[in-house]
Amino acid sequence: MLHDTLTTFRYQMRLLLREPIWIAIALFQPLLYLALFAPLLKPLVEAQAAQGAQGGFPTGDAWQIFVPGLLIQLGIFGSMFVGFSLIAEIRSGVIERMRVTPASRLGLLLGRVMRDTVVLLLQASLLTGVAVIFGLRVPVTGALITIVIVGLLGVSLSALSYAAGMWLKSEDALAPLLNMVSVPVLLLSGILLPMTLAPKWLRTLSAANPFRHVVDAARVAFLGNTGDEALLWGLLSAVLLAVGGVVVANRVFQRESA
Amino acid sequence: MIAVDQLRRTFQSKTGPVEAVRGVSFAVAAGEIVGFLGPNGAGKTTTQRMLSTLLTPTGGNATVAGCDLRKDPVGVRRKIGYVPQGGSTNPLASIVEELRTQAALHRVPRADAEARIDELLLSLDLQGLGARLTQTLSGSQRRRLDIALGLIHRPKLIFLDEPSTGLDPHSRANLWNHIRHLRDHDGATIVLTTHYLDEADALSDRILIMDHGQIVAEGSPQQLKRRISGDVVTFDVKDHQDAAKAVLGALAGVRDLSIVDSTVRAVVDQGSVDALPLMRALDAAGIPVAAMKVTQPSLDDVFLTLTGRSLRDSDTAASSAAAAPGAN
Repeated sequence: MLHDTLTTFRYQMRLLLREPIWIAIALFQPLLYLALFAPLLKPLVEAQAAQGAQGGFPTGDAWQIFVPGLLIQLGIFGSMFVGFSLIAEIRSGVIERMRVTPASRLGLLLGRVMRDTVVLLLQASLLTGVAVIFGLRVPVTGALITIVIVGLLGVSLSALSYAAGMWLKSEDALAPLLNMVSVPVLLLSGILLPMTLAPKWLRTLSAANPFRHVVDAARVAFLGNTGDEALLWGLLSAVLLAVGGVVVANRVFQRESA
Repeated sequence: MIAVDQLRRTFQSKTGPVEAVRGVSFAVAAGEIVGFLGPNGAGKTTTQRMLSTLLTPTGGNATVAGCDLRKDPVGVRRKIGYVPQGGSTNPLASIVEELRTQAALHRVPRADAEARIDELLLSLDLQGLGARLTQTLSGSQRRRLDIALGLIHRPKLIFLDEPSTGLDPHSRANLWNHIRHLRDHDGATIVLTTHYLDEADALSDRILIMDHGQIVAEGSPQQLKRRISGDVVTFDVKDHQDAAKAVLGALAGVRDLSIVDSTVRAVVDQGSVDALPLMRALDAAGIPVAAMKVTQPSLDDVFLTLTGRSLRDSDTAASSAAAAPGAN
């Protein structure tokens, strides 16, 4: 399985590196997030803080609140759409060609997931680094923990996106499915809008959303509160999401690959 | 090499279940080239996809290269090569990258893989192109790369799905030579699907003719053609096919009458002797004949005799009627 994972990873990585435009987009995307979100949200949090209230936002300065959120958002959106590339591979016959080899189905899946996760980790590191230049203060341990959490999210969503692509085999069906899932996940995770402002029923829903715990964990880690219980729950949620995503995707790959 | 018993595959479609393969049974001996001939939608590709583990059968059993198809699909995959119909390469990968990756997935040791790649590039006329991205290759070059990918691990059993589709006549002739070489020098067993009559005729030691998911005839090209004793006389009568068929049907010694497009075909004992009286009978009935030809029976005539349809006509009809995914 490891051999097939590494073979697939090398193959996929070479294909990615052959498209400079995607590398540029992958590197530019986190910077764009920072450039667009920071001017909007920084004054908002600071104004609330000046009035003696956080306005429902968690504690910490604007960077410490929003950079972890942006990192999680990057993890979600950077991985959720990779299923489209699998559909293109199905259409070109590459997947079928690989399916007739004795290669492990899990290896064929994990090689692709590994490629996406490596790219995501580079993007997350870049975003954090640039945010530090802009004024973010974050302990190294906290930043590293958050990047690991982002990586686990990447594993989960990349695997699930490939599973959806393998199952649906159609861009026209995959696009609405991903849009339908991504909006509530994003809203209920409290990445952009604080869930403390939400009505009770929405907060209950949010508490049941594992991504909410992941976001809370990332924010706690950014504040350096590594002993906080929220960090444990967030890490546990991220691990469970990663394992669950791979298990589900593996089942779909096994089934669809006969 | 292959033993198939009542293999069956049903697809679910919006209009209900579609039986793509309806319980076929056959055997393939080691070293044979066996051709599945039939129109689109006949079930030949579905049969091949089941035998190469790409589709799970809904019924029946098969042993492929000594492995039980249902119980040991991984064992089957280790021993077979498969060249799909519609291409199998990524446009952004180079020829050598595709071959190296496929070799690695087949667990071919690195040094052996490099030697094998050189060998395949040479034998399939791709030498000097190894670094080229597949998106820059011609259709014919890409098709030859598909074949190289299916052969990278020196399989003893090779499935070729419509191998010469998209090839120019020169490449097609080279490919046919290569397929014969695989059998004669490497001892490979080859199972191919085709809807080209000349390809099935020229390459196959044995042909299985499929129609509507069933094997309707089996034998060597010569054996199949001998099922039609005599010659085929074809009259082009434009819009008078039914009248011509009625006239010819009333004559003694005329067998297996059929209408294909604007022509009426009849089988007679001896074309050189019997054709003229037939022509005179049509003339006497006032049916204009634009052209007439006498030929030896072809595989198309065999198919026509067995099913009442021409393979060429069936292709057009079946391609528009193919209802289920993969049901061809």
